[in-house]
Amino acid sequence: MTLEITGLSVRFRNEPPLFAPLDLHVAAGEVTTVMGPSGIGKSTLLDAIGGHLVAGFTMTGSVRLDGQEVTHLPPEARRIGLMFQDAALFPHLSVGDNLAFGLAREIRGRAARRAAVEAALEQAGLAGLYERDPATLSGGQRARAALMRTLLADPQALLLDEPFSRLDAARRAAMRDFAFAHIRDRAIPALMVTHDPADAEATGGPVLSLTTEMPGG
Amino acid sequence: MGAALHAVSGVAPSSPGRALRLVVLLAVAGGVILPILAGLWETARAGFGILPAIGAETLSLDPWRMLADLPGLGTSLKLTLLTGLGATALALVLAAGTCAAVHGRMSVRAGGRLLTPFLAAPHAAVAIGLAFVLSPSGWIARALAPLAGWDRPPMLITVNDPWGGALILGLLVKEVPFLLLVMLSALSQIAVARHIAIGRALGYGRGIVWVKVILPQVWPLIRLPVMVVLAYSLSVVDMALILGPSNPPTLAVMLLRLFSAPDTAMLLPASAGAVLQGVLVALSFGLLLLVERGGKRVGLWWLRRGGRGLSAEPGLMLTSGVTATVMIAGALGMLALVVWSLAWRWSWPGMLPESWSLRAWMAPGTGWGRALWHTVLLAFATTGLALALAVAWLEGEDRARMRRARWAEALIYLPLLVPQIAFLYGLNVLFLRFDLSGGMAAVVWAQALFVFPYVMIALSDPWRALDPGLPRAAAALGAGPWRRLWAVKLPVLLTPLLTAAAIGVAVSVAQYLPTLFMGAGRIATLTTEAVTLSSSSDRRVTGVYATLQAGLPFAVYAAAFLIPVLAHRNRRGLQGGGPGA
Repeated sequence: MTLEITGLSVRFRNEPPLFAPLDLHVAAGEVTTVMGPSGIGKSTLLDAIGGHLVAGFTMTGSVRLDGQEVTHLPPEARRIGLMFQDAALFPHLSVGDNLAFGLAREIRGRAARRAAVEAALEQAGLAGLYERDPATLSGGQRARAALMRTLLADPQALLLDEPFSRLDAARRAAMRDFAFAHIRDRAIPALMVTHDPADAEATGGPVLSLTTEMPGG
Repeated sequence: MGAALHAVSGVAPSSPGRALRLVVLLAVAGGVILPILAGLWETARAGFGILPAIGAETLSLDPWRMLADLPGLGTSLKLTLLTGLGATALALVLAAGTCAAVHGRMSVRAGGRLLTPFLAAPHAAVAIGLAFVLSPSGWIARALAPLAGWDRPPMLITVNDPWGGALILGLLVKEVPFLLLVMLSALSQIAVARHIAIGRALGYGRGIVWVKVILPQVWPLIRLPVMVVLAYSLSVVDMALILGPSNPPTLAVMLLRLFSAPDTAMLLPASAGAVLQGVLVALSFGLLLLVERGGKRVGLWWLRRGGRGLSAEPGLMLTSGVTATVMIAGALGMLALVVWSLAWRWSWPGMLPESWSLRAWMAPGTGWGRALWHTVLLAFATTGLALALAVAWLEGEDRARMRRARWAEALIYLPLLVPQIAFLYGLNVLFLRFDLSGGMAAVVWAQALFVFPYVMIALSDPWRALDPGLPRAAAALGAGPWRRLWAVKLPVLLTPLLTAAAIGVAVSVAQYLPTLFMGAGRIATLTTEAVTLSSSSDRRVTGVYATLQAGLPFAVYAAAFLIPVLAHRNRRGLQGGGPGA
């Protein structure tokens, strides 16, 4: 499984592109980090890859997953998972039902699906918390639940948007290890946006800086 | 200095704050809640045979027997449920689908501006306009005439149809924009874009994410407004008179006929019917809660199955298409009012009159001048009263540093949840006993019962969104609580205050039953006259009244939009709708 990006750039309406055209190859199980100044469009880059660009933004270039062109697919057909810093668990569902929402359709039958969710909760150190209100979880628990929800959908690639920036230093290291271990185990390519050099270091993967395009260059 | 220290330190609520809250609470309890309860009580007493004014003094079930013996009661009840539940369910589906389809593609402010005319237009004017458009000699039939080969208006029953279709359409024109606005404001409290991105990244289509993730979060925020729509649709009088089936009509119209029958003995079964109307609405609320419970279980079962499903996009397209059609029909109706008021000769099947005339407008002395004057007077009096009470309530909350309790929120909605006909007659009985009925003051008060909740609801969110730093800064400079209110809060909140006032005026102008009952039929407003005229054959005069009736709230909304633009033209921080808009 690889994620290949060629000549990708994004612009808002008729404004100049946010960043210089980007070429990127992320190998299976590898985490590539994207850094760059605020406002350059790091999150927008992830939106473009995942297919979540807001009205007004257009992209050029291509996104390929394992050699398959996904640029023109809607986000729900791309199988590219998404993680935000605030976890974005659905507040009206229990922790377990959040995971059940993510769990791939291939696992059928009430009992089997319930068991899969319980197993994922256990893996994330959340055993027995199926019925809990996500608002009552700690920051680290929330982040782990959100990661499990994403992984249960069986994604072919993962996008991480400052996933650990809301966590304190101790939790951050633990969560990082947890996330990267899962990425390696599943051998999926991941792209992470972050401000924290320590995050980048911990990936052991390549680091990429987004830059604006020089006028005339 | 003392005031400054006090405001910043946040110690126990000041006694003036407590006094203000007490005054407001007493005003709302004595002016709004008690009268409604007393009205319900008097209506119920009359429904069980006790109405001393006509010499009925023995408790009995005779009124109910008389009611049950009325011809067509069963059909009437069926029609009431069909139109009331049908319009509410349809409005909800259309609003939810349209919201999902346009959200993110249209800004809330642009959407709000598009919806404003529909929110401002009184129900009766919308109904009359729709009747003009739908009738066999209306625009739709005229447009179809060349295709269908009609050389005269077709013999079709399009308005007052026995199924209540025209009534449901009329209700939709008013209720869909209302629910859309309510949903848009609820959505601003939810991380919609993020949840949709998450849902889609997990493999769900946009429409499915709306149904499974967004709408369940929206529902608790719109439940009360939906109940308002339900209660209204089940008990609407003016629209049902104009568009609804006439023989038998819906329950509320049947009751109005009984209440105004020359034979005073009919007041007893009418009161029993008013109680029945109340029970019907209460049962519908129960049904709504049952459906909510069931929906939650089914929804959770569906969600846990994890089906990514088919795209719901065609459904969203369909609902927004139907919504657009409904709103175009409403807009055409508004236009038809103006055209008819100016038409002179307009023969079949021309799309426009052959000759125009101002004749219908030329004689204000004969009627519309007086009705307009009454309407304006009532609108400004009720809105002023409601606005003062709302500001006092919100300021009291600020000074006492308290969030609104749930029961207080429910109290505000109460007048909108009880069907008007269930308590207005009983209230009138009380008024007659104290010789208060038939005067302007009684009508102002009766209208304010319905104006106050809307003004309060419109003002609450922007008031709470006010930057708390502003009054705090003023306090630190030595401004006391009253000066903070007059010199800081109210000027900064000018836009939402004017918007709330415009809503208040629109609600007041639209009131039919309170004006009719409390005015004892003696106070003619544009609305009461327009409803009476709607059954006459002179569309020109009807058009004049309905145009004025719709035009007055439009003008006030325009003023509410323009005044802040002018007043704040050199204040960029206050432009763009003000806080919370």
